[in-house]
Amino acid sequence: MKNNLFTYTLRIADDSLILGQRLSEWCGHGPVIEEDIALTNIALDLIGQATSLLEYAAKVEGKGRTADDLAFLRFENEYLNAQLIEQKNGDFGVTIVRQWIFDTFRLSFYEALQHSSDSQLAAIAEKSLKETKYHWKHSSEWMIRLGDGTEESHLRVNEALISLWKFSDELFFMDEVDKELIAAGIAIDLETLRPAFNERINYVLNEATLEVPDSTWKLNGGRLGRHTEHFGHLIAEMQYMQRAYPNMEW
Amino acid sequence: MVTESTIWSYLEEVPDPEVPVLSIIDLGIVRGVKVISDSEVHITITPTYSGCPAMNYIEKSIQEILTEKGFKTIHIDTILAPAWTTDWMSENGKKKLLEYGIAPPVNEVDKLVLFGTAPTVKCPQCGSKDTKMLSQFGSTACKALYQCTSCLEPFDYFKCLK
Repeated sequence: MKNNLFTYTLRIADDSLILGQRLSEWCGHGPVIEEDIALTNIALDLIGQATSLLEYAAKVEGKGRTADDLAFLRFENEYLNAQLIEQKNGDFGVTIVRQWIFDTFRLSFYEALQHSSDSQLAAIAEKSLKETKYHWKHSSEWMIRLGDGTEESHLRVNEALISLWKFSDELFFMDEVDKELIAAGIAIDLETLRPAFNERINYVLNEATLEVPDSTWKLNGGRLGRHTEHFGHLIAEMQYMQRAYPNMEW
Repeated sequence: MVTESTIWSYLEEVPDPEVPVLSIIDLGIVRGVKVISDSEVHITITPTYSGCPAMNYIEKSIQEILTEKGFKTIHIDTILAPAWTTDWMSENGKKKLLEYGIAPPVNEVDKLVLFGTAPTVKCPQCGSKDTKMLSQFGSTACKALYQCTSCLEPFDYFKCLK
């Protein structure tokens, strides 16, 4: 049970950590200053959530590792984020589509997890849910603005949607790790989130004059430590300081 | 023995580093105070946002001020539940914010309703209700960026979190 809880917490933590890292890459590069600030604000929320989750994971593991050790000193195949999260920023449309698919999932996920029988996960979820509502509103409004915008913005956001949608199914991945925890009322049966997820996806896409891509190619593996090519580059950048100067602190 | 209300009044002297016009009491960050003896005290705090970078600084400031007041052992616990809400901001805090030029939180609209639902925020400079949101995300996690369409001043709005 303890091992499963560790893995389960890490899977949630790594989604926040890696997306926070990705969004930070926008710092100083946003299309307009308000968006630059918005994306880095969201990154900060996610890194904050990751910190709480990694601290908890470290405690559950009980081997003396800290949240920082977990964030900066694991190998590539030990990170358990979904592959959607690690995809490159691309243009603004790609970043927004990636964010929006994830926010839509996270919204339903935290709504459920705040009632977890694990009081720490429930507390983190209750707090993070408030932030996620802001993130979701932001990414949804951009989906609509881009989709129902100019010919060019429609074209590009639609291309982004087609290329990223195949990663969306992995967000609902479950295995043995989940089984025992669901029975204990700790984990969420992700299948139960699909109706709310689909409803929100369809609502926004309809407003955005876009459609759910007709994609049957469903990818997964991230939750088991298998990642796409982009991930190695991301953690090389993220871990650089700790690897070059072990135990350095700001 | 020092009473709890004395400790609360000491903590009034700890400002929020990002909005220095507010104390951590005005913000509702301090959730509990327990006096164990004349030299030992237990403080419970909660972050406003998960990624609030001011929490370490706030802990240090609490340590400093209570050490100054003669406490030897100061325990500080950070809790996440119940999650912080702008409802915990004191009325006095809201008044101080407004005088400082930051619009205080107004009753929130449902964040799950898209478009056209930004709350009406009064301009802290001229009082006009004719303002527009420039960005939901501002200079810190807890603020949004607005502009007054009457006097044209941009201003920070301390956004509602429920």
